[in-house]
Amino acid sequence: MIRSEILKEIAPILRDQLIICNIGIPSQELHAIDDQPTNFYMLGTMGLASSIGLGLALAQPKTVIAIDGDGSVLTNLGTLPTIGNNAPSNFILMIIDNGSYGSTGDQPTYTGKKTDLVGMARAAGCDNVIEVQDVDTGAALRAVIDSNEATVMVVKCDSGNAKMPVITMDPVVIKDRFMKAIEA
Amino acid sequence: MNIDKKITDDLVANDVSFVTTVPCKQLAGVIDEIDAREEIFHIPSNKEDEGMGLCAGAYMGGKRPAIIMQNTAIGVTINTLATLIQYYRMPLPMLISYRGELREPVACQVEMAVHTKALLAQMNIPTYHFHKQSDVEEFDMILKYTFMCNKPVAILTDANFWGGYGDQ
Repeated sequence: MIRSEILKEIAPILRDQLIICNIGIPSQELHAIDDQPTNFYMLGTMGLASSIGLGLALAQPKTVIAIDGDGSVLTNLGTLPTIGNNAPSNFILMIIDNGSYGSTGDQPTYTGKKTDLVGMARAAGCDNVIEVQDVDTGAALRAVIDSNEATVMVVKCDSGNAKMPVITMDPVVIKDRFMKAIEA
Repeated sequence: MNIDKKITDDLVANDVSFVTTVPCKQLAGVIDEIDAREEIFHIPSNKEDEGMGLCAGAYMGGKRPAIIMQNTAIGVTINTLATLIQYYRMPLPMLISYRGELREPVACQVEMAVHTKALLAQMNIPTYHFHKQSDVEEFDMILKYTFMCNKPVAILTDANFWGGYGDQ
């Protein structure tokens, strides 16, 4: 499976949660598949989905799922120790690990070579780290949400992108409706 | 006047309850003070752009955030300031240790000091410079201004403000 197929499958689960979605094609795919006010789309700032998600989870009690990528986590590796030492029970980091920089032409990342994000997250102090195969993502995500424990999921899948339109929504509108959805 | 305590008291009085820090020798006292205060959740970050991501999330979750960092971090955070904090219109007080100014003992610090105000001006970031201890009196107003206008605001605090480096 490629990322967009996974997002399509788990969209009914994501709909009920607060989502911080990674920059580029992941946000475009989620926006096209199931746009929700509970989705925060990153239009720039590669690497910070996990940090924004962690800040949000620490600030309020609803479950937060940060949908990140292997390339984006690699660009902000300092996030893993911060998560490992501070993540509250309502925080889930879901890293879609397709071993490539999808938004820029599928150039390989190091996770497609020798680098293991599961091992890195554990070494950084994250207590619950699971590797999931693409076809199992939905069931695994439901179980993680029900467990009510801070979790890092590394979802292994194929490289590739769906053709989706660029998000034209104004960033202030994205933020405003997201903050209203959090309060609702 | 204990400026560490005054800064922390002003943060608490302005309902700033989520503070991330990347340390500096000059900021050690205020970081200790913040860490000790129950009203503030203190989360150290490993890099300043990561810290701004944490602050963005906390803000959307209903908390008033702040970041404490060195001016060298302006070089690290330009993209995050432009595409996250400014683009989405989020308030962010940035209490910045202004290394490389008068009484600085480390020459390399001057190399980023000479770019600091120019970069902040280029980014249209309101900037205040605390040089004397009495300048801290404006901190409360600067916090109110930041959360009024929903912008990142820089407070540069130099070695003279913090009382120098002892014998150096």
